[in-house]
Amino acid sequence: MLAKRIIPCLDVRNGEVVKGVQFRNHEVIGAIEPLAEQYAQAGADELVFYDITASADARVVDKSWVERIARVIDIPFTVAGGISSITQAQEILAMGADKISINSPALRNPELINTLVEEFGQQCIVIGIDSFYNSETNTYDVYQFTGDESRTQKTTWQTRDWLREVVARGAGEIVLNCMNQDGVRKGYDIEQLCALRNDCPVPLIASGGAGSIEHFHDVFTLAKVDGALAASVFHKGIIAIPTLKQSLIDAGIAVRPA
Amino acid sequence: MTVNSNLVIVDTACANLSSVRFAFERLGVMPEVTANAERIRSADKVILPGVGTAQAAMRNLQQLELVEVLKQLEQPVLGICLGMQLLTNWSAEGNVDCLGVIPARTLRMQAQELPLPHMGWNTVEARDSNPLLANISPQQAWFYFVHSYAVAPDNATIATCDYGQTFAAMIRHNNFFGAQFHPERSGAAGAQLLKNFLELTDVNTRA
Repeated sequence: MLAKRIIPCLDVRNGEVVKGVQFRNHEVIGAIEPLAEQYAQAGADELVFYDITASADARVVDKSWVERIARVIDIPFTVAGGISSITQAQEILAMGADKISINSPALRNPELINTLVEEFGQQCIVIGIDSFYNSETNTYDVYQFTGDESRTQKTTWQTRDWLREVVARGAGEIVLNCMNQDGVRKGYDIEQLCALRNDCPVPLIASGGAGSIEHFHDVFTLAKVDGALAASVFHKGIIAIPTLKQSLIDAGIAVRPA
Repeated sequence: MTVNSNLVIVDTACANLSSVRFAFERLGVMPEVTANAERIRSADKVILPGVGTAQAAMRNLQQLELVEVLKQLEQPVLGICLGMQLLTNWSAEGNVDCLGVIPARTLRMQAQELPLPHMGWNTVEARDSNPLLANISPQQAWFYFVHSYAVAPDNATIATCDYGQTFAAMIRHNNFFGAQFHPERSGAAGAQLLKNFLELTDVNTRA
């Protein structure tokens, strides 16, 4: 049976792993390779590396670390950050990344999704969506350039429409970052994830809000996502992956044993 | 470690070669990545990796003039993911004739209401004697899959997996082996499988 995936996310800036609260005030967590290796050994199913400054700086992710990670870990990993051409995607995949995740460049040029899917296959093209719930208008709005607070801006897209658009263009997986929850550890945005699950025929990964083991139970059983991404609970040692996985297994959720 | 180091990874250009190479390097083997026909023919063992579409990959092999070379190999060959599908007769992905060294066909997955691609870790069940799954218990046999096309189970199937349907997780005909999943990205179980491949002898590969 296909396992639900536990996915530590490592935000990378200047070659170091950092984490902010609600996409702000980034603090340094540590060097990339030892953390990557540590998570792989602890039983993480997959890792995501976001170069959070990349899109905002209009440069491609610094790539040397991609190959260093590929050498040391034996689980899949995704690289995100300013990838906006076939050449850049090719380079990162050739260095050993399993998937590439596109966010702001896809908003700027949606046709990029089709181009990448055609060239590399649907299975390695992930679309990251930063979604913010606006309580005044009662809408979920898509944001871009979230790696840099001074440049973060609301787009004209509502989340459901953008999700349908990227799926129609061939996206192989969706990571939905629920910005209101990010880094505050109050639980995943179950309501939003449930509302969007039926619009997502490809794997859906929840992101933003994990604070306790209970939150993982909820997101898998209630929102029926394929994977749950989290950062601070893992980086700060609040949740140990083997403990988390055992708890999910005990609850009857399909998980690969750590 | 007594493993054979005359290992060649076919440089299919469209493939994710590095992660396969690194996985063998972690086992202490330095494979050669090449599209040179002579080097491929003289290797003790050959890996055919693959990422992308069957149509693009076959076009690539034709341009590299490797189609006949690969078909005639007599040493153990392991096709990974798309590389496994290329070993079959035909793929529905682009309606393309493949290498045809394993009598099987690659079809679009019918996963009922489940998301596609089939992406993530799934369990694999060995059929008959499968030398590549030696020393991997059924409880340990979790492997990482990423695909939307799959080979239908038939006589060439040596392991199965379930995702909305039962499909061939591994296939084999004589010296040609295929794994739909990515052993290079499947933790300790994947590493053991690659080690098993390196340790295959003639006894394992004769018809």
